[in-house]
Amino acid sequence: MAEECCTPGGNIMILACSGGSNVGQLSNQAAIELTQEGFGKMFCLAGIGGHLGGFVQSAKDVPSMVAIDGCEIGCAKAILDHAQIPAKSYLVLTELGIEKNKDFNLKTEDIRKVKAAVKSICE
Amino acid sequence: MEIKVLGPGCPKCKQTEQNVKDAVAETGVDATVEKVTDVMEISGYGVFGTPSVVVDGEVKSVGKIPGKEEIKSWIEK
Repeated sequence: MAEECCTPGGNIMILACSGGSNVGQLSNQAAIELTQEGFGKMFCLAGIGGHLGGFVQSAKDVPSMVAIDGCEIGCAKAILDHAQIPAKSYLVLTELGIEKNKDFNLKTEDIRKVKAAVKSICE
Repeated sequence: MEIKVLGPGCPKCKQTEQNVKDAVAETGVDATVEKVTDVMEISGYGVFGTPSVVVDGEVKSVGKIPGKEEIKSWIEK
């Protein structure tokens, strides 16, 4: 929830799959850092997945959104589809050339690459 | 019927509250309208931003000012 009064215009909702692989956690870390840097706000994909009313309605009403999936399985996209929410902007990290594995020691260069891709797709 | 307008307080929140009150008055629906300003209580609804409107526990709109006609469609049965 916005701490300031009223949602500022143009605020971007960032939804990360946050899955159990390097690319899943890259999506999560990029979402965190973009939020900390003031580029949009990370929001709770699990709340949408749980079909909780406030979360689902928020995703339906927000003017700008980016969904980030780590891999082509597309869990974030599937959650949005299941809740009948269009993914306004959508990114799959393996399509950026990042190989999926179970190494959770995330590389700074990969995080930087993901953040740049998110910014690019939201332009 | 219980209607809550979520928002710490700003022109958009106040306009939303006024639209809700107008819609209630024009429809004659038996409803209470409560303004919720407590940030912790607002966060409990899982909304991305404010103003938001909740009708009988169901979040109807988030981060925008709903028009009176839209509000009427939520409260008229």
